[in-house]
Amino acid sequence: MEFVRNFPAISILACMFAAIISSGLPRKVGRVVNYSLIVLVGILSLTTFIYTLNLGESVVYVMGMFPAPWGNEIRFGVLESGMALFFSIIMALSMWGGRHKMKDEVATDKEFLYYVLVDLLFSSLLALIYTNDLFTAYVFVEINTIAACGLIMIRQNGRTIEAAVRYMVMSLLGSGLLLLGIMMTYDITGHLLMSNIKEAIATIPPTGGYVEPLLIAITLMVIGLCIKSALFPFHSWLPDAYGYSTVSSAAILSSLVSKGYIFLLIKIFYRVIGFDTIANSKILNVLFIFGLIAMISGSLSAIKENDIRRMIAFSSVAQIGYIYMGFGMGNEFGMIASIFHILSHAATKSMLFISAIGLTDVSHGSRKFIDLTGSAHRNKVAGVGFLVGSLSMVGFPLFSGFISKLQFMDVASALSYSKMLPALIVLGISTILNAIYFMKTVLRIYTPLEKMGANRAQADVATNTVASRVGINGVVVEPDFILFKNEKIYGIVIILFIALNVALGVCSNSIIAWIKTGLEMFS
Amino acid sequence: MGNLAANYGEAIAMILFVIGFANLLLHPNLIKKIIGFNIMDSGMYLFLAEKGYINGRVAPIVVDGVTDVNKYINPIPSGLVLTGIVVSVSVTALMLSLTVRLYKRYHSLNLDEISKQLKKEGL
Repeated sequence: MEFVRNFPAISILACMFAAIISSGLPRKVGRVVNYSLIVLVGILSLTTFIYTLNLGESVVYVMGMFPAPWGNEIRFGVLESGMALFFSIIMALSMWGGRHKMKDEVATDKEFLYYVLVDLLFSSLLALIYTNDLFTAYVFVEINTIAACGLIMIRQNGRTIEAAVRYMVMSLLGSGLLLLGIMMTYDITGHLLMSNIKEAIATIPPTGGYVEPLLIAITLMVIGLCIKSALFPFHSWLPDAYGYSTVSSAAILSSLVSKGYIFLLIKIFYRVIGFDTIANSKILNVLFIFGLIAMISGSLSAIKENDIRRMIAFSSVAQIGYIYMGFGMGNEFGMIASIFHILSHAATKSMLFISAIGLTDVSHGSRKFIDLTGSAHRNKVAGVGFLVGSLSMVGFPLFSGFISKLQFMDVASALSYSKMLPALIVLGISTILNAIYFMKTVLRIYTPLEKMGANRAQADVATNTVASRVGINGVVVEPDFILFKNEKIYGIVIILFIALNVALGVCSNSIIAWIKTGLEMFS
Repeated sequence: MGNLAANYGEAIAMILFVIGFANLLLHPNLIKKIIGFNIMDSGMYLFLAEKGYINGRVAPIVVDGVTDVNKYINPIPSGLVLTGIVVSVSVTALMLSLTVRLYKRYHSLNLDEISKQLKKEGL
């Protein structure tokens, strides 16, 4: 069983090699390589997960056999390997769910590049999860950014290129701050390995004049990662980037890429600085406030939106706010709730993006709400997927979103008054706002088909514009239907998503226990 | 104040960083954004190089058989600078290619202008 220790390193390297090989392969082979790679990483992560679960402690894997202060390390415990397993499941479902749209969204001669980018993105995500070295983390953050930028702009139109530029600008600001923070930490402690930095920080005397620079370094790293994961004031790039890219990209970006950065942030909290130190500093309070603002403002923007995919994207801003609010609660339980919300949001948001594409498919490709009327009757699987996703986001029992909201409420009610009141009030308001825009959409897509005739007068206008956009000038096209048997893979993916969501909601106790053991192994 | 004068290199590095950061964030022109990004990164490399060098010591290459640690500087900061340069070169190339794409399509380098045109297109 000793061989299992190599698996995390193997999965990172396998992704990188697959990316290199795929760049010279025809697109169909590239697709097969990509899918089998995701499955392979899933199996490797599952093995590692079981291994660490039995071992009961985290494992340090020395890269290249150079011992601690000099070499590079991978460190994995239950949380990391479980996260890698979860990420590969979401990755596989997102890729399969967006597969039938690939030929519409990506030019055929560019499709092989898509798989190269996804492989690269996956390798950087795994590296962010597993690495124990701050500078390696920085390099993979950059790889992640570049790959994500490629995923946004592979669908070639003006919107996506502009979105990619905006995404790059914000990401570069973020990684600049992150790098500066890492350099200052290195300057103060003289180490790049996370565990060594923590030991060095513990020996820093409180009066030596090193405490303030260290605080600045931590702040820079935290702000950098907040910008990259689109916390409230830094979210301006997000709706365009998620709203106009291909459907697989949107699902992967919203559910995995931002979560990779947040996972790195958790790692910095626990392994670099130590959670007690960070909890005593005021940084978490700032995160708490911005998380609260994000929860409200993200939902308000989503209500105003008239485009289903941009609406889901804005909802991401609110959900990222939940995660940061959990950090801001400043104790271990808040952290557990946040990690659970990372899982729940990743599972739900990718499902929403994938089902939204099914709904727009049967509405002549239009994403405006007026054209989506009754679309759930025309594509039943997508409708059910969207319904389940919405209910989970709103916090309906049985689904994962309910558990994460319950967790947040639970933790918040044990806090001091100054934090409990704002947290509970904002959670309540945010739930209502979530319900407003998600239920509005669900009601619209489930409007009975007979009523469509009554709405024809207004729908005509919209359909005409859509029809002319697809080249059928002036002809009012009857809505098209997509049945389960036409798109079996898509239907199965949605069903798997629903199953995952329900599993997260029903088995929440064991998942929370897993997160708890993982966090204990973490530091 | 005395500390600031003694560490003037780091101070200059930070000023460069801030200039670049503000340019990247606030300037609407894409080329100037990229220039800002490069200034920002150069500031960081200057900071790291400045921190890594100790007066009176030499690069860690053993000549004349001197193996005393106190004669040499730590090579890792220089290695980090190299890695950072590689990253910033590739990011710059990517940004430039995106800029070329946008310019071919909209004949403008001004990001706000491009956003306005996009709204007009109604895509």
